[in-house]
Amino acid sequence: MDTMTKKKTTHKNPKKLRVSGAEAIIHCLLAEGVDLIYGYPGGAIMPVYDELYKFQDKLTHILTRHEQGATHAAQGYARVSGKVGVAMATSGPGATNLVTGLADAQIDSTPMVCITGQVPRHLLGSDAFQETDIIGISTPVTKWNYQITTAEEIPGIMAKAFFIAKSGRPGPVLIDITKNAQFDELDFHYEACTGVRSYQPTPVVKAEALEMAADLINNAKKPYIVFGQGVILGEAEKELKAFVEKSGIPAAWTILGLSAMNTDHPLNVGMVGMHGNYGPNVLTNECDVLIAIGMRFDDRVTGNLESYAKQAKIIHMEIDPAEINKNVQVDVALLGNAKETLKKLLPKIKKNSHETWHNEFKLKYEEEFKTVIENDLHPKKEGLTMGEVVEEINKASKNKAVIVTDVGQHQMVACRYAKFDQSKSNITSGGLGTMGFALPAAIGAKMGAEEREVVAIIGDGGYQMTIQELATIYQNKTAVKIVVLNNDHLGMVRQWQELFFESRYASTVMTNPDFVKIAEGYHIKAQRVSERKNLKAAVEEMIAAKEPYFLEVKVEKEDNVFPMIPSGASVSDIRLK
Amino acid sequence: MEKKFFTISVYSENNVGLLNRISGIFLKRHINIEGLNVSKSEIKNISKFTIVVFTTEDWTRKIVAQIEKQIEVIKAFYHTDEEIIYQESALFKIASHLLFDERQIQNIIKESNSQIVTVSRDFFILAKTGRRHEIDEMHDELEPYGIMQFVRSGRIAVTKAAMPITALLNEYENNN
Ligand SMILES: Cc1ncc(C[n+]2csc(CCOP(=O)(O)OP(=O)(O)O)c2C)c(N)n1
Repeated sequence: MDTMTKKKTTHKNPKKLRVSGAEAIIHCLLAEGVDLIYGYPGGAIMPVYDELYKFQDKLTHILTRHEQGATHAAQGYARVSGKVGVAMATSGPGATNLVTGLADAQIDSTPMVCITGQVPRHLLGSDAFQETDIIGISTPVTKWNYQITTAEEIPGIMAKAFFIAKSGRPGPVLIDITKNAQFDELDFHYEACTGVRSYQPTPVVKAEALEMAADLINNAKKPYIVFGQGVILGEAEKELKAFVEKSGIPAAWTILGLSAMNTDHPLNVGMVGMHGNYGPNVLTNECDVLIAIGMRFDDRVTGNLESYAKQAKIIHMEIDPAEINKNVQVDVALLGNAKETLKKLLPKIKKNSHETWHNEFKLKYEEEFKTVIENDLHPKKEGLTMGEVVEEINKASKNKAVIVTDVGQHQMVACRYAKFDQSKSNITSGGLGTMGFALPAAIGAKMGAEEREVVAIIGDGGYQMTIQELATIYQNKTAVKIVVLNNDHLGMVRQWQELFFESRYASTVMTNPDFVKIAEGYHIKAQRVSERKNLKAAVEEMIAAKEPYFLEVKVEKEDNVFPMIPSGASVSDIRLK
Repeated sequence: MEKKFFTISVYSENNVGLLNRISGIFLKRHINIEGLNVSKSEIKNISKFTIVVFTTEDWTRKIVAQIEKQIEVIKAFYHTDEEIIYQESALFKIASHLLFDERQIQNIIKESNSQIVTVSRDFFILAKTGRRHEIDEMHDELEPYGIMQFVRSGRIAVTKAAMPITALLNEYENNN
């Protein structure tokens, strides 16, 4: 693992150092505690790469095989480590290849700083070679972006970039640096940014709102919690657990909230949303108080808004004021960081156990178990199911793995069945639903948590969108475990075609290559399983491996993911089959 | 919900690219900007955008929240026409001979409270400041005689109530 092992740095702030802009960028990264970045070189960013060469002992650069891979790797790294992910690219096509990752990080609130090279200042706007208006292109998909055209601006802007990326509701920031600014010299002096006048990242929760919320919660007969990624981003896992346990309120996760509370917790009742669990969806329309914590009422969660939790009083804990009343009209808004809010709320909450109400979740679970879960996890039919593969991974990894998923049926199955006993363990593209996310994100996740087992679960479609990152894995000996659940279809789209387009499988059948040979071509140990009797041993071998490992599982070609809320339908209309 | 004109006032830092960011928010929600003006504000180094939209209050509120979320935006407000004093300006370029040949033109100038900015041999320029409908009326009256060029500015507006920006800025300064 020596090529990618993170370098320990003790970076002292160099006082009055005369350096080039390119070198200044490295100093800024080091000052921000960055020791690992992802990227791809090219003409307009070469001065910075030249410095990276010189600073190899302090700052590791991972060459991905596509800039999109660099952004997803940076995201995976950020999501498991809680740090800012950094990706770098050249101007023009390099920069435009970052856009998907930026959009993904923006909608999933992932702290990331992307640095792009740009043509020299005097050529800006002239359609110069590899010039593209990346500031214009990235504006709608970044939390903030800025074009640096003089070397002097570098320290201040870089400090601001990191501050903005990680504070408040985190997000991606793009810094574009013209080539002249990389070559020119400046007197380097770095000061971390602690505030921006026009930007108030963390609102302070209002006392009277807390009183109102406590009152509603203490008097509720059927209170219900839905928690999202805000809990993880706000590091409020302990506070959430304390709140749930004291109040006795059943809690459900959104796919990005998954792993914020251990999956086995008796009050953790399952997943909400389109392919979530039966009880958590149906009972949304029966609770009397809905407490939304760090989640944004995404349409995949709410289904039809006209019939979403209309009977309930709604309490919304949220850091971003623009999310309040955006989709769902709330009764009490608790604006602030989830950790602080929960801390202040806890003493006001009466101890309770809502047994009868909790029982309703259990009854619904039993119903779902009989019709869906049993068949997914312990199928009687011949073909392998995605669910049983996930179950084997749970067993072999003892619920300790970081699970990184791509987008499609396997994602929903993994988010329903993967078990976690530690936060920051579920890495998936929730808001954008980016196929191709998982393989590079798993690389980043492994590098961000080397001591942990990282298992990427990917469909045969999404795998081929960023399959070239196998080379990154080989080059860096990144010990990720890759499981491709191969159904020879774009499964999720095929499912919709079956259900809503009279089984017209327009362009969703895939003639796939020999995935095992491809993995072996990249010098990655590989195995294929197509029979149940071999599954357990194969998964165990994979988990036991110390090096990267590829496992293809041939699963049933035309299985569907249930339950399902058809798009536009109400959460209470969730179908069990 | 009923659609109306809303005037959005945005106080912001004066940075390159912010207009793109703000206009993008309208674009994303497919809302047309009816009028746009950017100028300096009563506070040093702080710009003010005045944006007019025709939509529902609910959408306006959501858009304003999203505008406020932009890093360089200090504060954004929205108001109905009743809550503000607002004006637009327009320039009309008209052939000079009409001033003498067409008596009625002089009456239009007088009645519309517009000013002659300049007169040359070939054309003269009329400036008119007022509400949109006043400018539109004047335009309609002049049109039969021939307008060589016409331009109208975005809306500028001040509120009847206070917009407490200075207090807000002081608070920020003290916090940071
Ligand atoms: C980049 C991208 N293109 C298209 C889609 C639309 N899409 C969503 S799921 C899906 C099928 C995924 O198929 P596969 O990767 O084989 O996974 P499966 O559903 O079979 O588990 C597609 C095409 C997407 N989410 N992302």
